[in-house]
Amino acid sequence: MSLFTEFAIFVLAIFVGFEVISKVPTTLHTPLMSQTNAIHGIVMLGGLIVLGYANDPLEYLIGTIAVAFGAINIVGGFMVTDRMLGMFSKKPKPKADGDDKGGAGK
Amino acid sequence: MIAEAVLKPGGDAATALYIVSFSLFIVGLKQGTHPTTAKRGNMIAAVGMAVAVVTTLLLDGMGNWGYIAIGLAIGSTVGAYASIKVKMTEMPQMVALYNGVGGGAVALIAWSEIRHGISLGGAMPLEELIPTLLAGIIGSISFWGSNIAFGKLQEVIPTRPMAVPGQQIINAVLGIGVIVLAVIIAINNDPPSQGLFILILVAAAILGNLVVLPIGGADMPVVISMLNAFTGLSAAAAGFALDNVALIVAGTLVGSSGTILTMEMATAMNRSVANILFSGFGGAPAAAAGSGEQRPVTSIGAQDAAIKLAYADNVVIVPGYGLAVAQAQHAVKEMANQLEARGVTVNYAIHPVAGRMPGHMNVLLAEADVPYENLKEMDEINPEMPRVDVAVVIGANDVTNPAAKNDPNSPIAGMPIIEVSEANEVIVIKRSLSTGFAGIDNDLFYEPNTSMLFADAKAAAAEIAAEIENL
Repeated sequence: MSLFTEFAIFVLAIFVGFEVISKVPTTLHTPLMSQTNAIHGIVMLGGLIVLGYANDPLEYLIGTIAVAFGAINIVGGFMVTDRMLGMFSKKPKPKADGDDKGGAGK
Repeated sequence: MIAEAVLKPGGDAATALYIVSFSLFIVGLKQGTHPTTAKRGNMIAAVGMAVAVVTTLLLDGMGNWGYIAIGLAIGSTVGAYASIKVKMTEMPQMVALYNGVGGGAVALIAWSEIRHGISLGGAMPLEELIPTLLAGIIGSISFWGSNIAFGKLQEVIPTRPMAVPGQQIINAVLGIGVIVLAVIIAINNDPPSQGLFILILVAAAILGNLVVLPIGGADMPVVISMLNAFTGLSAAAAGFALDNVALIVAGTLVGSSGTILTMEMATAMNRSVANILFSGFGGAPAAAAGSGEQRPVTSIGAQDAAIKLAYADNVVIVPGYGLAVAQAQHAVKEMANQLEARGVTVNYAIHPVAGRMPGHMNVLLAEADVPYENLKEMDEINPEMPRVDVAVVIGANDVTNPAAKNDPNSPIAGMPIIEVSEANEVIVIKRSLSTGFAGIDNDLFYEPNTSMLFADAKAAAAEIAAEIENL
């Protein structure tokens, strides 16, 4: 791919990113950050590629750490985001009867 | 072992799969715009990631499977364990760490790329070398800056600003030095010098440390967001270096997100990003506090507070970081439950910098089962304030200070605040009259419609809840 094609993709991605992310409400900014951490785990691809052509102990080490770092981002990022969003998507409890079922250990 | 790889790097099939992958990221992020769809959006993005990873594993030239397996196993285990164990109050630290490992991965990949370029012999093409250099620089800054941010949030490193004498000059020298070294490598790129590249990584590492160390605890939301943007950019740079379209797009999306959050946080504090980075204000010790003059305050007990709240129609709770520190979110929710049982409407007014990172307070309250419909943003609640019977400020300080609006000479003049003083009555739960991060007196405490309840947030909320129940 030519440098300018890549640059065009980069510029368009900036606009898409701003357009989509500026619509995320404040309430969801923390899960947004952990989700973008997870998406950033895409760098693991780079780790895999460089590990592919590694051929001395130092390069094995560098590549393995890079892959491990990427995997931390991917697995940790998506899982913790899922955990947080689970808290937001809980069904609101019926309030009308004023009975807080299962609430604070009652 | 896999007998034969099926995809050519940069070939049509691989590129098509990468396009599928980043499209799923965008769809996933788009679903993240509403609490009811966000969980599904996260899943969609995870599927996109799976597509990208599998595609890469199938590329021709993949090898060293043993090392790949080790890296995947260690990383997945650490990530999964951390994500299950982390407390919601610790989310800022976790995100700081994730920013850090992300930046670190990019710096390591860049280093590997340089070594690969040298081993191929001959000059490394500039369109590959320049992004590699950028990836190394930004990755190294992000890694070390994030580690310091983590240390400060975890309070392993003092949260107060720490500045070395002549800090700005040292930073400037390091910054220029890094660029000069990069230019030297790019000019003598036949082959590029690994020694100089390592020097760049080290100089960028020192720079990352020095930039974040002087920043105080209260400015952490900006710092974390900015490092988030940095790691995104570093991934995009790595994408240019490796000719990988998935990296370019995903990295840019992360970079945009971090940039938007950085700007929003800076706006919420009414300061420029440059001001936050280059002045140690955000944790200024409260030395300048107490202008000397003693002003009268109204002090009440939990029982009085319970009566005021129980006979109100419309109550707004304004939580701040103090609430999180006191782990009071569950006690506050219990108090709200008691009020709701009596037919009182309870909402929560959340300032954008109420926590230690963007949206942090919302997560803490969601964890305590507060429905997201009751979490009101500052711009949404301020026009409602004159119709609020009682506003309860718990662990928040500067973000409620009317001086930001009324006193043009105040250090926080112009900062957007939650206008609690517009409410009919205000109850402030706080241990003392001490100042907030800005180190200035809060005029709110001395207003005639304000009552102070001097107590620990958690104990006070529990006591009020019990009193309401007994009314």
